[in-house]
Amino acid sequence: MSGELLINAVVSGLLIGGFYAAVALGLSITFGYLEIVNIAHPTFVIFGSYVTYIINLNFGLDPVISGLVFAPVFFILGMALYRFYYTSFEKAGQESLNGLAFFFGLMFTIEVLLILVYGVDYRLVNAPYIGQTWHLGFVDFPLRLTVPFLIGTTMALGVYFFLSKTFLGRAIKAVSQDRLALQLMGADPIKVKQYALGIAIATASVAGALLIIIGPVEPSVGRLYIGRVFAIVVLGGMGSIGGTLTAALLIGVIESFVATFYGPSWAPAVSFGLLFVTLALRPQGMFGRA
Amino acid sequence: MRKFWMVPVAVFVAGLLLTETLDNEFYFFAGYVILQGLIMGTAWNILGGFTGYVNFGSAGFFAVGAYISIALNKAYALPLPLLILASGLVCGVIGLGAGYLTLRLKGIYFAISTLAMAIVFETFINNWEYVGGASGAYILTPANSLFFSSYVELLFMVMLIIAIAAVCFARYLAVSRIGQGLTAIRDDELAAECMGVPTLRLKLISATAMGVFMGMAGAPYPFFVTFVDPLSAFSLFIAVNSIAMPLIGGTKVWYGPLIGALILGLTQEITTVTISSELNLLIVGVVLIGFITLAPAGIVGLVQDFNRKRLRAKAGD
Amino acid sequence: MAEQLLDVRNLTKRFGGFVALNGVDLHLDKGERLGLIGPNGSGKTTMINCISGALFNDEGAIDFEGRDITKLRAFERARLGIARSFQIPKPFRSMTVIENLYVPLEYAAWDRIDHSRVTEEAMEILERMGLVDLAHTNSGDLTQIDMRKLELARALAARPDLLISDEAMAGLSNEEVDEILGILFTLNEDGVAVIMIEHIMRAVMRYSERIVVLDAGRKIADGSPDEVVSNPDVERAYLGE
Repeated sequence: MSGELLINAVVSGLLIGGFYAAVALGLSITFGYLEIVNIAHPTFVIFGSYVTYIINLNFGLDPVISGLVFAPVFFILGMALYRFYYTSFEKAGQESLNGLAFFFGLMFTIEVLLILVYGVDYRLVNAPYIGQTWHLGFVDFPLRLTVPFLIGTTMALGVYFFLSKTFLGRAIKAVSQDRLALQLMGADPIKVKQYALGIAIATASVAGALLIIIGPVEPSVGRLYIGRVFAIVVLGGMGSIGGTLTAALLIGVIESFVATFYGPSWAPAVSFGLLFVTLALRPQGMFGRA
Repeated sequence: MRKFWMVPVAVFVAGLLLTETLDNEFYFFAGYVILQGLIMGTAWNILGGFTGYVNFGSAGFFAVGAYISIALNKAYALPLPLLILASGLVCGVIGLGAGYLTLRLKGIYFAISTLAMAIVFETFINNWEYVGGASGAYILTPANSLFFSSYVELLFMVMLIIAIAAVCFARYLAVSRIGQGLTAIRDDELAAECMGVPTLRLKLISATAMGVFMGMAGAPYPFFVTFVDPLSAFSLFIAVNSIAMPLIGGTKVWYGPLIGALILGLTQEITTVTISSELNLLIVGVVLIGFITLAPAGIVGLVQDFNRKRLRAKAGD
Repeated sequence: MAEQLLDVRNLTKRFGGFVALNGVDLHLDKGERLGLIGPNGSGKTTMINCISGALFNDEGAIDFEGRDITKLRAFERARLGIARSFQIPKPFRSMTVIENLYVPLEYAAWDRIDHSRVTEEAMEILERMGLVDLAHTNSGDLTQIDMRKLELARALAARPDLLISDEAMAGLSNEEVDEILGILFTLNEDGVAVIMIEHIMRAVMRYSERIVVLDAGRKIADGSPDEVVSNPDVERAYLGE
């Protein structure tokens, strides 16, 4: 086991872990604060990738810019989604299992629509930094990983500060714990939850842009991320952004190890296996407040 | 309903008659697919509808059943009935084991863990070279079709038998004391436990039964398609179908999956022939969303609602 | 000498750093009527959760009818004869009223009843509770008081030797309280021991042969209603220093 190989595996694991955090962020919000199990979140990310692809193809816009520009659109989409979910499921007090099956169906349908429209070919974007690599001694920092890492962790930190420092952010944290207190403070729980899901889906727009920077995308790529994202959120503990980031980096590194030393075909088993083990042994994760 | 045993016998005989009278093989291909959906939906509903634990990993059990069948056939050339039993056994044990690990979790976590489990199995089989790994495996159609005019007719009858067994088991479960216990668990697990229901034991029975029937449904699959690869065997479409069919029919009754399988299955076969098979994917997704949003109790639920409103209107006169 | 039914010794239950129950002793004789009272958060519901098996205690032991049940799961305790009703009724909503009773009859009471008479037994209980006319009504469609009655009927259907009633009368009108009280008296006449958790003082005073008072996880009084009422510690617990 060469030291260089090891260190590079760790570095690329950390870089991609930062990106994983960006993907898991949205689910951490919805699962942690809204108690909505949006299993379709990775599919929204893929949808974001395709939006980025179209804009990049037709207007030559840099993917990161594109992801940020479309975040408000996704935000509105998220708000509308919550409205629909609330009216159909939460209002009637329906068991969240129905909601879960709804998102499962949504995930499947979005993926199928993407296949019908774009087919199963891989799509990619063009940007000047994709393909370049920084070198620090023997350590490689491929820019197609580094840029998503930087943007992803920045977004995570941004969300973290938003949730702890702003009124709306704190309202979001409070809404699952004490609706009544929130109402007494003058905030409408339904509006608060709407904003929360809006923010969560908005992160999918950015995450989708980052995803297609890292590598080519096709509709079923989302499936790989379901396990990763849930593993991260469950391991990191719901409602803990710091936990999400930590768990994401951890999973990134472990996957990188397994891919480097055992072969990439085993990588999916890492996150799903970890998820399964965590659920079986310690469902509240490392930092969870479950 | 003491005379119920006549129904499955009649269905079996009707199936035999069909194989004698119908010449067009397509009917048996389509019939096989619909029966597969029926078995998967009925099995899913035992844990999902009766007990209230939603399983997203149906394809996992199905695919493992198929691959056990491939492996045993390659190693020992066992006859189909033994392959079916072996697959059922293995998948039943998997259901039991996985259930023991995860059925103590709240419903949501359980559902996610089933998805995780399916992908873990897919990864293992992708790396299992003996059965072809990711590139897949070819299976030769056996020469011996017994007294049927083609092997497809044999497969059709085999699936019919499994389907009859599955539906009869579901019905038995529903009307028995165990079924009462499962319904209690679904409605309120804590209250059920305090009323003396051994919740973990019953949940495990449910999960094992589901595993057994899903494994059995997968065992003949390699012989039906003659080429199996992990991508198709573990397809999410199978998982979605096994949820959509009970949902359409009604998850709380044993005949719900039957209704759903007939409606959805026929629709899918007609769509494949007239438009395209890809469109089926879209249809089942939209149908799933539609029903879960508008009619979560399925057709049976709609009928019950309609009757209740009619009675209430009559009482109001 | 009355026979001891329930013997709880040094019951302790913690939730993380919070001590909900701190070394509580409780004894109950066969057929006794015990009131369990205390300010909110004193540990009453935790206590019955531990006795019924919904929670497992951290320290201490529980004996029922002479055998140690500390490690038994809730359903096993139900089978031995411990039944409880829930503060917020938890009916089996997809079942009718009578079907709700089939569950405890077919599980908790299975060894104690005649298997061929399940429907008759259920109807008898519904008659006693005044719910016969609602037998085939969906349990989710009941009024508040009927749901409370169903809770008790269901606990009864478990054919218990010990029934724990958790605030069955909260929020009911005076007539409704008397109705429930009457039911609990007739139950007791059949030999069922009852632990009643209530905040409605007049009900507790009328019903209980003995009262146990909890405060902040500890037992602070255990005696006849008159003794407890004149106990200065009890007064302090409810009214503050």
